Amino acid sequence: MTRPTRVQLFVTCLVDRFYPSVGHAVVAVLERQGLDVSVPMDQTCCGQPAFNGGFTDDARRMARHTVDVLSASPDPVVVPSGSCADMIVHRYPELLADDAAYAARARDLAARTFEFTQFLVDVLHVSPAAEPDGPRLAYHASCHGLRGLGLVEQPRQLLRAVAGDRCTDLPGAGICCGFGGLFAVKLAGISAAMLASKIEAIAESGADAVVATDVSCLMHIGGGLHRRGSRVRPLHVAEILAGTRHD
Amino acid sequence: MTEASARFHRSVAEALADPHLRQALDRTTGRLAGGLAKAFATIPDAGALRDTARRIRAHTIAHLDQHLDQFERAATARGCHVHWAPTAADATRLVVDIARARGVSLAVKSKSMVTEEIELNAALGAAGVRVVESDLGEFVVQLADDRPSHIIAPIVHMSRDDVARLFEDKLGARPDEVADIPAITAFARRTLRQEFLQAGMGISGVNLAVADTGSLCLVTNEGNGRLTTTLPRVHVAVMGLERIVPTAADLGVVLQLLARSATGQALSVYTNIITGPRRPATSDGPGEPDGPDELHIVVVDNGRSRLLGGELAEILYCVRCGACLNICPVYHHIGGHAYGGVYPGPVGSVVSPGLMGLDEWSELPHASSLCGACRDVCPVRIDLPRLLLNLRAQTVAARMGPAWLRIAMPLYAAIATRPVLYRWLGSLAARLSRMMGHDGWLDRLPGPLSAWTTERDFPVPAPRSFVQEHHAHAPRAGGCE
Ligand code: SF4
Repeated sequence: MTRPTRVQLFVTCLVDRFYPSVGHAVVAVLERQGLDVSVPMDQTCCGQPAFNGGFTDDARRMARHTVDVLSASPDPVVVPSGSCADMIVHRYPELLADDAAYAARARDLAARTFEFTQFLVDVLHVSPAAEPDGPRLAYHASCHGLRGLGLVEQPRQLLRAVAGDRCTDLPGAGICCGFGGLFAVKLAGISAAMLASKIEAIAESGADAVVATDVSCLMHIGGGLHRRGSRVRPLHVAEILAGTRHD
Repeated sequence: MTEASARFHRSVAEALADPHLRQALDRTTGRLAGGLAKAFATIPDAGALRDTARRIRAHTIAHLDQHLDQFERAATARGCHVHWAPTAADATRLVVDIARARGVSLAVKSKSMVTEEIELNAALGAAGVRVVESDLGEFVVQLADDRPSHIIAPIVHMSRDDVARLFEDKLGARPDEVADIPAITAFARRTLRQEFLQAGMGISGVNLAVADTGSLCLVTNEGNGRLTTTLPRVHVAVMGLERIVPTAADLGVVLQLLARSATGQALSVYTNIITGPRRPATSDGPGEPDGPDELHIVVVDNGRSRLLGGELAEILYCVRCGACLNICPVYHHIGGHAYGGVYPGPVGSVVSPGLMGLDEWSELPHASSLCGACRDVCPVRIDLPRLLLNLRAQTVAARMGPAWLRIAMPLYAAIATRPVLYRWLGSLAARLSRMMGHDGWLDRLPGPLSAWTTERDFPVPAPRSFVQEHHAHAPRAGGCE
């Protein structure tokens, strides 16, 4: 796609409510690229909790709402979450396939929706400047971005550019942290055991911060780290790129 | 919560509390998953091979009736007896009848998941036929009166010491006879050899059957499969309805993937292709020196044909390689027994409810974080997460699962489609939780959400949402370019 001048930000419900600083970091990075960033006021949740829970009708309702909100403008949509981007890109067109009023618009939205790092690398061809100092970072590859959108290189490329050798992959970077939305509540024991393995890997990495493209995983991992009194910080990749946490 | 759900949650809790299990799983699943990655690295275009295998399986399942007809004709022409078993009970009755009619009192059996599924050993036992498992893992399972916990490695939950102790207790082995794995294997082999010689019937599964030749393909890594299918006078092969490929060339494609995905081998140690029973001497030639006099093929439906043409039909492409178990982080933490059925792991979470209905198996589709590792590893690219999602939707439509969620989710959807209300309630919830939190964290969530905070904290929402801040032109996050 040609380089756009304007983008819409679908910030995701978790960033909106729990991590507004990540949203600001995303805006800062995009604006620094000379883009005009709009944040549609009426955006809410992409519907993934309902979809993954088997509540298809409820998911469809939320999908329609999001399609409406993001179709007011034809601008590309940037989502700082592989999971929510995957929902819009892959699930919306299926969910709304039989809905005459929405099917075409859902496909159109899917075609212009990008996960944040994917947008930076594949569309804007950003190569951020190296930061000589900063925390040692360990990268966790969030599942839906990795396997749904194929985000293998994009986040790593950006992190390596900024942090160089200070950034490594977590051991078992692509193994799920156990979040899985309602799974973390419905099968809390299994989820917590998966989290414990992830936290072992973080400890093993010796990093100061664990970085991911999705705050859902970071919320889960961060909650486990905090419970254990760990000093390792969970950071969204946008926070690294915006320099907002390079203290 | 239904009794079945409660049982599932209990067995999960037990599995999680078992450090011994975790160690055993770490060892084997890690090795198998590592082996797979290496084995796939040796084929130039593994992706294309997977696509081809998927096409073969998809085509076969889409035209299953034709392929089964063709198979029956070809196998019958080769002297096999083909029997159709609509249910598990039909299948066991057929095998029992064959055994009875031939006065069989001892049968040896090689590893087969479908015979576990139909509980054949119990049925034969009740009919006075002793069944001896001849696969080492299954032999151990039988001796321990246990159940297999993996479709390829049945005793993945046990350590070498567990097996050594079992052999000492149950078979009177001396410590030096079970000192290491080769000794254990040799001991089992000596024990089994006698049984092979006396058995009147050999029972096997079928990995894949070839429609146009009527052949059966069996892959094993121990010689037991070969003995089971050649030594006894009668061979009974039990196969799931879907285990068919159109031609030998198709078999070649699938086998390359099966061995690699199952055990990381380019080819399993023993790949047997059996076409008909032993051919007797005729005027044209001397006949074959070994093989059974009779070969019976029992084709088991047991719920499979119900899936044809439906949204879960894709699970019938499965070649039971076990790769999705080895890669699955959930399986890795709870092992196979916790899943309750014969088929554990992601594949089991689709197959058990798929074949046997959701009433008893409604929890399994939810026992996944939907990470998608299984879909990535599956040699025939079965979209397991999608099938799990489909089953989840069925559980919701059938009003199964937690009642609170049936209220909460539609409510959440109603709120999330009313942005003004959504923002207002979000701010209210933020204010309330800030009153209960410390330093930006909650260490206890209310109601069913408290399951989250048993082992992790939950962040307190921000006082103002990002969207609200952004639109109020709050100070933006600075950069340090
Ligand atoms: S679902 Fe795929 S990976 Fe799992 S056992 Fe079947 S073929 Fe193997």
